[in-house]
Amino acid sequence: MSTIPSISRRNFLKVSAIAGGGMLVGFSMIDKADPALTADEFTPNAYIKITPNGTITLMAPNPEIGQGVKTSLPMIIAEELCVDWQKINVEIAALDAKYGNQVAGGSGSVRGRFEPLRKVGATAKTMLVTAAAQTLNVPAEECHAENGSVIHKASGRKLSYGSLASKAATLPVPSDVKLKDPKDFKIIGTRVKDIDVKKIITGKPLFGIDTRREGMLFAVVARSPAYGKKLKSFDDTETRKLTGIKQVLQIKNSVAVLATSTWAAKKGRDALSLEWEDAGKLESTADHDAAFLKMLSKKAPDTSRNDGDVEAAMTASHQVLDVTYTTPVVSHAQMEPLNFFADVRNGKAELFGPTQVPGSLRSQVAKELNIAPENISIGLPRQGGGFGRKLMPDNGVEAALISAAAKCPVQVQWTREDDMQNDFYRPSAAFRYRASFENGNLLAWHQSSVWLNRGNNSDTYPAGALQNFRAESQGLTTNIPMGYWRAPGHNVLGFAAESFMDEVCHELKKDPVAFRLELMEKAKQQPVGKISYDPDKFKSVIELVAAMSNWGKKQAPGTFLGFSTWFSFNTYIAEVVELKIISGKPRVHKVYCAVNCGKVVNLSGAENQIQGAIIDGIGHAMLTKITFDKGAVVETNFGNYRFLRMKETPLDVVVKFVPSEAPPTGLGEPALPPVAAALANALFAATGKRFRKMPFDEA
Amino acid sequence: MTTFKLSVNNKEMSAEADADTPLLWILRDHLNLVGTKYGCGVAQCGACTVHINGKAIRSCLYPVSAVGNNKIVTIEGLSVNGDHPVQQAWEEFDVAQCGYCQSGQIMAAAALLKRNPKPTDTDIDAAMTNICRCGTHVRMRKAIHAAAGKGGTAK
Ligand code: FES
Ligand code: FES
Repeated sequence: MSTIPSISRRNFLKVSAIAGGGMLVGFSMIDKADPALTADEFTPNAYIKITPNGTITLMAPNPEIGQGVKTSLPMIIAEELCVDWQKINVEIAALDAKYGNQVAGGSGSVRGRFEPLRKVGATAKTMLVTAAAQTLNVPAEECHAENGSVIHKASGRKLSYGSLASKAATLPVPSDVKLKDPKDFKIIGTRVKDIDVKKIITGKPLFGIDTRREGMLFAVVARSPAYGKKLKSFDDTETRKLTGIKQVLQIKNSVAVLATSTWAAKKGRDALSLEWEDAGKLESTADHDAAFLKMLSKKAPDTSRNDGDVEAAMTASHQVLDVTYTTPVVSHAQMEPLNFFADVRNGKAELFGPTQVPGSLRSQVAKELNIAPENISIGLPRQGGGFGRKLMPDNGVEAALISAAAKCPVQVQWTREDDMQNDFYRPSAAFRYRASFENGNLLAWHQSSVWLNRGNNSDTYPAGALQNFRAESQGLTTNIPMGYWRAPGHNVLGFAAESFMDEVCHELKKDPVAFRLELMEKAKQQPVGKISYDPDKFKSVIELVAAMSNWGKKQAPGTFLGFSTWFSFNTYIAEVVELKIISGKPRVHKVYCAVNCGKVVNLSGAENQIQGAIIDGIGHAMLTKITFDKGAVVETNFGNYRFLRMKETPLDVVVKFVPSEAPPTGLGEPALPPVAAALANALFAATGKRFRKMPFDEA
Repeated sequence: MTTFKLSVNNKEMSAEADADTPLLWILRDHLNLVGTKYGCGVAQCGACTVHINGKAIRSCLYPVSAVGNNKIVTIEGLSVNGDHPVQQAWEEFDVAQCGYCQSGQIMAAAALLKRNPKPTDTDIDAAMTNICRCGTHVRMRKAIHAAAGKGGTAK
């Protein structure tokens, strides 16, 4: 606006990652002689921009995949910066070394950035306070920041951040700043709505699929119809007869059809005549499952933990429980089918689209196309779900290759079927659990698992609470790509372990909640070997959820409860599933969940994540599986790849957080692993039948 | 290729396309109304839900040639200022996670309230058949009840 002062000078913060995920802060000055810099923006670091007209923009450094970090990360900055949340703008940062590790995965965005982002905000605030003190000619100690202004209480004078921006920009960056006492938090720990809520409810372009650029073509790609097959030849005569077709290109093992609209490109792709030939084994699920059972009957070569002597405790003189659980392959099926925009021309690449790993996308594109990384820009839209699928950057790499070959900007759109057939799946697994008992006590616990691709073990509870405990795991080699799916490993391990624990309680005739508490007490008083969890934190959630759900009290007729608890991503969860039998059929009526995840940043977002993970976990336990038939996926779309609909979801999911001032731990994933067991245990309570094979709906 | 004249969000629009082109892609690629989403293309997920003469339909299997003089309303046209009671309730309850399914959900909920201003949980179960992969169902249900309380059909 008209009040912009004439001196022009900008500061840039140099940020580089240091061990432990912190930031190193340093400045380089661009002198006022630079004619390109006309406004006196205050950009104390890469995350904050304050213009003289008072516009405050905060950057969200990690990809937003529906886990809420476009809201929660800027909340952390805003807290220490002391600004009014209603008056700030938020942008998702493009890929840039300034922002450190820009990954969405491992429930790590808030965990890793909590302290560093607080410092980012506090540094800028301190500089603004100094600028105000100098302007007013008073000691800085007499000034404080509040709602985007600095106030000098004694004189009642108040200067807005905007009016201080150009002065603050000339100040040195303090190396040591004071952080707020958490007791004084005004934003962190409150309920804040998703930053994009207005855009979402009005259908504004937000997602990768909404990208539209001058001269852009739409591409749909024919990829191999089965794992183990490769392209032999193709004929595009019929395709070229259709309207809107611009180019047909072979890219490695695929054929891309470029057209003036998505529909034209899809019709063109479907009209291709393609010949595929065998290039490897054509694997089927039935073969995997048979191999699993064979492997489980033998001792696994890899033992991750072996306390006491399990075999001695499993001899004929003891009562032994020996059961097997199985979980299928599943697909990520994030709601927004994969897509990516790429414009690769003249040795430069501009990429924009959904990915959880922009950094590795850039290095792969650099390698494939021999373009210097600094000539590759990657922008990030809001993303229609992730669940781990986009930890693989194949969609972005493919788009870059197609644009480079086509020499024009391209939006590559995957159909749902393409997405289902070309995934990095959650591996299927089978688990054998054994326990032995003596005089009403649990004597030994043995868990053995086999997974597609590679073994996966967990050292968590009940290890540490039992004299005799052994865990072992092995992998079955496959040519079908396996990857990371929400709470990798834990997602099915939690089901098997906590279902078995319920069976153990049943054998012992002990209350499932009381018995877990007993185990925690043992792990605390006389731990066996190393323990990887905090028994007190476990107890905090177990006791809380028991109270929330009226556990152990008389339930209304036709109401049945199931309990489960799990620890992952440093977060403790306990859940109770409440079933009602309605006209002879069980319906999940309510779920109660207690969470100990340290400090909660955004109560609304956190609760939404927990509720979502629980519904996700119930749906995948009940309905969902991928079957391979000679390398081809059988469940190619939502007709037979099933998700919960409203009529199958709980009427309420009640979430409570254990109050904590500890640094935040994981949130997007940990509520999923326990829920399938809580459901199976509730179904047992209701029906007397054990559900040991997912999806339960087929049992 | 044929030129189709369409009434979308109370405006006359036209698109030149093959007759079999689903309305979804006409909206997204020809008319640049990208709020309506693609999720499955087989009428299973409801991400593509729009209103035709006030009724919710899945536009991914609805050929443009079938539209005729019927009036189409998309998420962009549900209200002028984004303040349809369903939109307001969706904001109030902070329903969205990734947000991708939500324009379809909002259109489905708005159509439900139009024909049933005070739906019970059972009515909601029956009418809300769209997929939400993120699992926002609990909040959607609460938002629908809240919108109904405020007269969810008003415009
Ligand atoms: S895209 Fe139309 S129902 Fe899924
Ligand atoms: S909010 Fe992500 S699919 Fe519904």
